[in-house]
Amino acid sequence: MAAVLESLLREEVSVAAVVRWIARSTQGSEDNAGEAAALSSLRALRKEFVPFLLNFLREQSSRVLPQGPPTPAKTPGASAALPGRPGGPPRGSRGARSQLFPPTEAQSTAAEAPLARRGGRRRGPGPARERGGRGLEEGVSGESLPGAGGRRLRGSGSPSRPSLTLSDPPNLSNLEEFPPVGSVPPGPTGTKPSRRINPTPVSEERSLSKPKTCFTSPPISCVPSSQPSALDTSPWGLGLPPGCRSLQEEREMLRKERSKQLQQSPTPTCPTPELGSPLPSRTGSLTDEPADPARVSSRQRLELVALVYSSCIAENLVPNLFLELFFVFQLLTARRMVTAKDSDPELSPAVLDSLESPLFQSIHDCVFFAVQVLECHFQVLSNLDKGTLKLLAENERLLCFSPALQGRLRAAYEGSVAKVSLVMPPSTQAVSFQPETDNRANFSSDRAFHTFKKQRDVFYEVLREWEDHHEEPGWDFEKGLGSRIRAMMGQLSAACSHSHFVRLFQKQLLQMCQSPGGAGGTVLGEAPDVLSMLGADKLGRLWRLQERLMAPQSSGGPCPPPTFPGCQGFFRDFILSASSFQFNQHLMDSLSLKIQELNGLALPQHEPNDEDGESDVDWQGERKQFAVVLLSLRLLAKFLGFVAFLPYRGPEPPPTGELQDSILALRSQVPPVLDVRTLLQRGLQARRAVLTVPWLVEFLSFADHVVPLLEYYRDIFTLLLRLHRSLVLSQESEGKMCFLNKLLLLAVLGWLFQIPTVPEDLFFLEEGPSYAFEVDTVAPEHGLDNAPVVDQQLLYTCCPYIGELRKLLASWVSGSSGRSGGFMRKITPTTTTSLGAQPSQTSQGLQAQLAQAFFHNQPPSLRRTVEFVAERIGSNCVKHIKATLVADLVRQAESLLQEQLVTQGEEGGDPAQLLEILCSQLCPHGAQALALGREFCQRKSPGAVRALLPEETPAAVLSSAENIAVGLATEKACAWLSANITALIRREVKAAVSRTLRAQGPEPAARGERRGCSRACEHHAPLPSHLISEIKDVLSLAVGPRDPDEGVSPEHLEQLLGQLGQTLRCRQFLCPPAEQHLAKCSVELASLLVADQIPILGPPAQYRLERGQARRLLHMLLSLWKEDFQGPVPLQLLLSPRNVGLLADTRPREWDLLLFLLRELVEKGLMGRMEIEACLGSLHQAQWPGDFAEELATLSNLFLAEPHLPEPQLRACELVQPNRGTVLAQS
Amino acid sequence: MILTKAQYDEIAQCLVSVPPTRQSLRKLKQRFPSQSQATLLSIFSQEYQKHIKRTHAKHHTSEAIESYYQRYLNGVVKNGAAPVLLDLANEVDYAPSLMARLILERFLQEHEETPPSKSIINSMLRDPSQIPDGVLANQVYQCIVNDCCYGPLVDCIKHAIGHEHEVLLRDLLLEKNLSFLDEDQLRAKGYDKTPDFILQVPVVMLCPLAVEGHIIHWIESKASFGDECSHHAYLHDQFWSYWNRFGPGLVIYWYGFIQELDCNRERGILLKACFPTNIVTLCHSIA
Repeated sequence: MAAVLESLLREEVSVAAVVRWIARSTQGSEDNAGEAAALSSLRALRKEFVPFLLNFLREQSSRVLPQGPPTPAKTPGASAALPGRPGGPPRGSRGARSQLFPPTEAQSTAAEAPLARRGGRRRGPGPARERGGRGLEEGVSGESLPGAGGRRLRGSGSPSRPSLTLSDPPNLSNLEEFPPVGSVPPGPTGTKPSRRINPTPVSEERSLSKPKTCFTSPPISCVPSSQPSALDTSPWGLGLPPGCRSLQEEREMLRKERSKQLQQSPTPTCPTPELGSPLPSRTGSLTDEPADPARVSSRQRLELVALVYSSCIAENLVPNLFLELFFVFQLLTARRMVTAKDSDPELSPAVLDSLESPLFQSIHDCVFFAVQVLECHFQVLSNLDKGTLKLLAENERLLCFSPALQGRLRAAYEGSVAKVSLVMPPSTQAVSFQPETDNRANFSSDRAFHTFKKQRDVFYEVLREWEDHHEEPGWDFEKGLGSRIRAMMGQLSAACSHSHFVRLFQKQLLQMCQSPGGAGGTVLGEAPDVLSMLGADKLGRLWRLQERLMAPQSSGGPCPPPTFPGCQGFFRDFILSASSFQFNQHLMDSLSLKIQELNGLALPQHEPNDEDGESDVDWQGERKQFAVVLLSLRLLAKFLGFVAFLPYRGPEPPPTGELQDSILALRSQVPPVLDVRTLLQRGLQARRAVLTVPWLVEFLSFADHVVPLLEYYRDIFTLLLRLHRSLVLSQESEGKMCFLNKLLLLAVLGWLFQIPTVPEDLFFLEEGPSYAFEVDTVAPEHGLDNAPVVDQQLLYTCCPYIGELRKLLASWVSGSSGRSGGFMRKITPTTTTSLGAQPSQTSQGLQAQLAQAFFHNQPPSLRRTVEFVAERIGSNCVKHIKATLVADLVRQAESLLQEQLVTQGEEGGDPAQLLEILCSQLCPHGAQALALGREFCQRKSPGAVRALLPEETPAAVLSSAENIAVGLATEKACAWLSANITALIRREVKAAVSRTLRAQGPEPAARGERRGCSRACEHHAPLPSHLISEIKDVLSLAVGPRDPDEGVSPEHLEQLLGQLGQTLRCRQFLCPPAEQHLAKCSVELASLLVADQIPILGPPAQYRLERGQARRLLHMLLSLWKEDFQGPVPLQLLLSPRNVGLLADTRPREWDLLLFLLRELVEKGLMGRMEIEACLGSLHQAQWPGDFAEELATLSNLFLAEPHLPEPQLRACELVQPNRGTVLAQS
Repeated sequence: MILTKAQYDEIAQCLVSVPPTRQSLRKLKQRFPSQSQATLLSIFSQEYQKHIKRTHAKHHTSEAIESYYQRYLNGVVKNGAAPVLLDLANEVDYAPSLMARLILERFLQEHEETPPSKSIINSMLRDPSQIPDGVLANQVYQCIVNDCCYGPLVDCIKHAIGHEHEVLLRDLLLEKNLSFLDEDQLRAKGYDKTPDFILQVPVVMLCPLAVEGHIIHWIESKASFGDECSHHAYLHDQFWSYWNRFGPGLVIYWYGFIQELDCNRERGILLKACFPTNIVTLCHSIA
């Protein structure tokens, strides 16, 4: 490899030839013979060039970027040596580049040897490389111990590892295993090391922008699949402590290793990485080294390397574009070399031209190189967000080294509208209850219905608790909520309940996390949140306020692991804590379905010749719509991947050897949870990669180690790799993918290739069929890929790690201030709108084809309008049928039922039987529904289409659109009706029957016909509750005990009865129970009046109520009973032994009021004589004092002796108003 | 009517071991003349109920019942017209109505072959005339009319108050032209949880000091004072359930509440002591 680079540096071959050589397997005709010869001899190494180059650059720069590993992930192969180690510069051997740690004693003299060895190793079949993988601990110690040798073997290209171990003699414990580079044959002992763990960055410079757990930036060479765990599980490994532990362990070991080295070597090349013990020099004392173009040491060499490097980037030969950019930005903003360069002896020009001297001898070199590379990638830079552009344009080094580039960047900044805005989600919103899907009719039993009711509440309770506590230190999801969640899941017995719960879960998931900090509210298929309709003003203010309160959030380095930020964490933890097989299965089903649905959504296609301004407005909408769909898909796919691969992930190292073979054999039998391969193929064919690939990447990012080895998924990776290679940004032309679309795909794919479970050699191994990525020649001319659907907002939302570039630049500006991980905040998208209509799935046959063709040349809004109208009218049609035909049938059912009840008497027979009879009579009428539905759609659709389309729509187009809308609506409605009408009628009739039967039952009083208040009533009467309370007070005073000064005035009593009359006449606030109690209390009051038991306020002489007053009050009561009470009044209580007994206590006993009352009752027709006689008769049976019994008998006789004068009249009354008094009050 | 926790505690402090009689109420009103009577009564009632819940068990041991019953019997033998049962209840710090129920149950156990059913007891308490023993009937009746926290009359008053306020709220909504679904309509549609009213078109309530308003999807009327205990129970059984289904909403505690409880505004549960005046409705020209 180095030979290639060297021949390049010696100008034996041109840059273009080298790049061609790498990218293609054969030399192009344009290569001259000399070049071809020079390169063809190195043919076997072709694939290893890029990894070599990347590692070479990383290693060369490690002195400038001393924190080492956090450097953007290196590519395959391990690090190279630090050239400028204090002990003395590498002595002329190429091996220098392969050193990781400073003391390089043993150097490889033949760089080719390890390469050859590696190459040999590589020739083996892919899976085979997994053999001999080492355990975690070994792998870790391999950092400086023998294991490292293995790592090299396994790496896809870098020659450097072995010597690194050798470079540290004290640690070289096993020379047999780790002989000097080049002398080690690729034997079976070449074990695979673990991926190298990057020390935590602690450098003073990078402290703010460096992620503390940048675990995905390890060199690609470390085989992720050979590496158990820690890294893989930590992102979601809440429930998997072993992973975390091993990560800690690794860190700890690394730390020890480093400090050992520090002790051994006088000058630390890498600051000790521990977090807790800052070096004294860490803060403040550093001064930035100014960069000066005039002091660049070997321009030509740097230019050449920069050119090769840039070309590799441009050709997508590097796995991750943004990682390389990040690296270049780091070089640009490097502050100082770690070791003083001054002591180095002057290097001779000859040395400078080769690789033997360090590439970067000073900050000046670094900056020069960085600027060279950036110049080649202006196009990418100019598409970054406005904030990054500003920082770049204002970077003084850039200005100094390339005023031209700076000028272009400034211009790009000024022209940029790519403001990526920060928006916080409004606080959690619950999924709303929809009777159509959530009411009792959707459940198999009452029990299931009520269980789900409780579950919904428990779910939100848990969610709220999580919101309140999850940021508190020491709070633990499982401890805090686990048992409650499992108890709740335990209640979900019926499969139907599971699907209900999963639907709730998924909807809530979309609602809360559709986009990281998405504007919430607008969930697919749901009405937009009302807040957003209330005026952007208020909303904007609200969000700005929230934005200010938002905590800074680091996305975790340029290549963060898959994580569940924010609310997503809740859903992940919920799944883990629930640990319910049924739930997971239902969830996967539901997620798969939704993904397929959204992925297949007919998003409007770009129309290149839309010239009027209207299309602009349309595009805003299209983009938003696309963003909503894409973000939803990504979220769903992420969770699908998480759940689907959950059973296969664990902290233990991936299996090897025979075990692995058997696992592979087993796993290859398991059908994928969702046929993602087909979806990807279709997506590529239909030129919808920009929609399909980003969610597929999310899905795959959760794959376990075995997945990439399975044939099914290998195919997917192959497709993705080809796609990646084909996305050459500089090739822009008609019919090609839009620039930002490409950028998005490059970013997500690049990210995927860095995921530990994705073997990095996959990337470099892939034979590049590469060039044009023509999957299918019959691809549609214009797919989603050709439409400008991606903007910076979406790019940054999907790939927040791109924001790391900005952080890096910003931290350069702000110096080392702020150690909180950067002041840059998470990038979140702006609000998005809900989706338009979904395509009808019924397009079949010629008519459908014609309709498709019709839409093809119409603006997309037309199609959307028609589909929307059809969807709505179809749905309304069903509702219309429900409200008319079905409602009529229900009414018929009710009257039939009434007849049944009359004929069969009170019982009415068995309800189930009744229902059957009714349904058999009524269901046949359902057949009318189709005709009615057709008629409805015919009538309603055209008007709606007409109202929604622009006026200038040509008549023919309009009428076609109308007809299509009618057809689609009818189809939709009739499909539903023919399948469901019988069940619907049955359900509604059933509900009506149970309603009727229930109404038969209790509370006749409540059902009784009641008069309302008069029209003129203003409802100012005293409230019933007040009156009951007042009367109760009087009763309690009368019954006692009471204080001597307590009593009521006659006026008060009169007033009270007056108020009672008012209240009874104004029915506004009166409810039946209150009226019943008022009736009863009024009877009690009458009894107390009769017995003269009401204590009257005033002088003792007046202590008792005057006869006249008492009669007047009784009259008022009689009138109330007669005129105003609408419910039954328990008048017979007047003659209950208890109330009559009140008279026994008075001395002298006065019977005249009772007699008066009885007469009036008869007079007014409130009680019949016979009834009163019966009551009086039963009174005699009670036990009374002797004299009282006598007096009672006298009263009876007196009453009975009276002429039966009013009798006939009374009878008439009774007929008119059936004896109220006899009805017992319900209470 | 919105009290601070401190104010509320001061009132509650005065209510420790006060019998639920009209005399007690009168004294309370004198002690806190600035508070509305309804609020005081509501607090009194709630405090007393808490007290009874705490002490309920000790009155229901068989020894206690037996001893109360004997004391009752001895009392009425001496003087059947004296408030024996009421005095007994006040003396042992138990609600008169509940004491009446206790003694009535015990009495019926003694005089009937079959143990009395709950519905018979309830019916007799509602209409003491049905009690076979005249003296006991009078004693029970006296307990019931003198108890301002328990008993069928009090239950009816509470129910009536609740109903009246719902009607009041409905009128206010109609007056403001806010269309709504009421509990009965919701139940008919099959809703599993039913607030008093769901607004068909949500509104925003503006707050004087806040920049933003609060969205209201539903309104629940509570004709009582919102103290911690009842509010937490309502939150758990009703308000959060409404939120879970319908989004943010408004609770009106017509007799006031403890200010500190209004802490879930941001979350979407807003407390008020009256119908809010500063309501903004959806303006169709904006939408």
